[in-house]
Amino acid sequence: MAQFRLPQLSRVKKGNYFAAKPEAKEVRKFKVYRWDPEDGDNPRTDTYEVDISDCAMVLDVLLKIKNTIDPTLTLRRSCREGVCGSCSMNINGENTLACITPLDDLRAGQVNIYPLPHMPVIRDVVPDFTHFYAQYASIQPWIKTDSPAGSRERLQSPKDRKKLDGLYECILCACCTASCPSYWWNPDRFLGPAVLLQAYRWIVDSRDEATGERLDDLNDPFKLFRCHAILNGTNTCPKGLNPAKAIAKIKRLIAERTI
Amino acid sequence: MSEYPGQSDLRDPLKVARKWGSSKTGVQHWWVQRVTALALIPLTLWFVYFALALVHVDYATAMSAIADPVHMFLLIVLTICTYWHGMLGLDVIIGDYVHTRWLEVTLQIALRFGAVAGAIATILAIMSVGLAAR
Repeated sequence: MAQFRLPQLSRVKKGNYFAAKPEAKEVRKFKVYRWDPEDGDNPRTDTYEVDISDCAMVLDVLLKIKNTIDPTLTLRRSCREGVCGSCSMNINGENTLACITPLDDLRAGQVNIYPLPHMPVIRDVVPDFTHFYAQYASIQPWIKTDSPAGSRERLQSPKDRKKLDGLYECILCACCTASCPSYWWNPDRFLGPAVLLQAYRWIVDSRDEATGERLDDLNDPFKLFRCHAILNGTNTCPKGLNPAKAIAKIKRLIAERTI
Repeated sequence: MSEYPGQSDLRDPLKVARKWGSSKTGVQHWWVQRVTALALIPLTLWFVYFALALVHVDYATAMSAIADPVHMFLLIVLTICTYWHGMLGLDVIIGDYVHTRWLEVTLQIALRFGAVAGAIATILAIMSVGLAAR
C-alpha cells in the first residue's frame, strides 16, 4: 500500500567536495548525482568547483570534471551537438541534453545535475533505457506494407513528406518520457510521449499501409489514453518537438473512425 | 510495482513492453469524457441560474418550478452528465495513482456502482418532487 519513506537506494547522501585550484579564473559549483552499483552504498551528490573559463556547455564541464578532477564520474555522450541523444540528464530540474545547454542560459549559482527522473540508474547520471527502447520496438517503428514492392522506391508527395516534419527529428533521448508524470506512475503500461510521437510518425506516413493496425494497437486506456496532456514532455523537449500534439492527433484519429 | 519494467529478469524486454497488448478500448471513455464536459458547460450555467432564482421563493413555487417539464428534463440530463463525467474522471485518477491491485479493482467497482446508484437516486428525487407537485 502507501509507502511513506523513499526506498533505500533513493535516499541521497551528501558526498565529496572538490575545491577549485587557486589559479582558477571563473569558478562555478556543480552538484552531481553519483551512484556506484558495486560499492553497495547509497547514492550521493558530489560537489565540484570547476573553472568554467574554457567551457561553453554543461557537457564541456562534465567532461572537464572527468578528465581533470574525478575520472570516476560516469556519463554517456557521443555527438556533442544534440543529434545523438546520449547525454540526456536533469540539469537544474529540467530534462535536457547537456551538450546543447549553454552555461550562460542557466540561473546563477550552483548547477544541479541528476540522471533523468524515474528511470532506473545504471551508474551516476547514466539511466537504463532497456524498457524505453523495448517500448519503442513494440510500436514497430518501420514501414509496413502489403502491396508488392515496385521496381523503384515508394514515392511520397512533398505535401505528405511535410507531415513528418516535427516528428522525424526525435532523437529518442527520453527527456520527454522521463518528465511525464503519467509515465512515472505507469511506466509498465503507458508508452510515454517519445514512443507515441514515433508511433504517430508511422501513422501519418503516406507510404505505410498498416495505419489501422497501428491505431488498433494504441487504442488502450493505458498505452495511449494515460496521456492527460500535462505538456511536460512538450515543454522539456530539447529538440523543440511537440509530443502532446502528436498524441492528441492519434486520439483524434482513433475517435474519428468510430464516428 | 514489484519490479521496474525491463530490469533484469528472464523475459525479453520486448515481452515486458508488450505486456497484455492492446485492449482495443479506451477511445469511448475519452470521447464520452469530452462530450459530457462540453454538455456540462451550458447545463451547469443554466442550473446556477435556475437555483439562484429559487433562493427567495416559497416552497410551493419551488416545487412547481422543478415540476416544469423542461426544467425536469434539464435537471435529469444534468444529473446523468455529472455522474457520468465524474465517474470517468475518478476512473482516470484511480488508474493513475492506485497501484495496489486489489484496492484498484475494488475502487473501480465501487465507483461504478456508486455513480449509477447516485444518479438513480438523484433522478428519483427530481421525479418525485416533480410528480408530487402536479
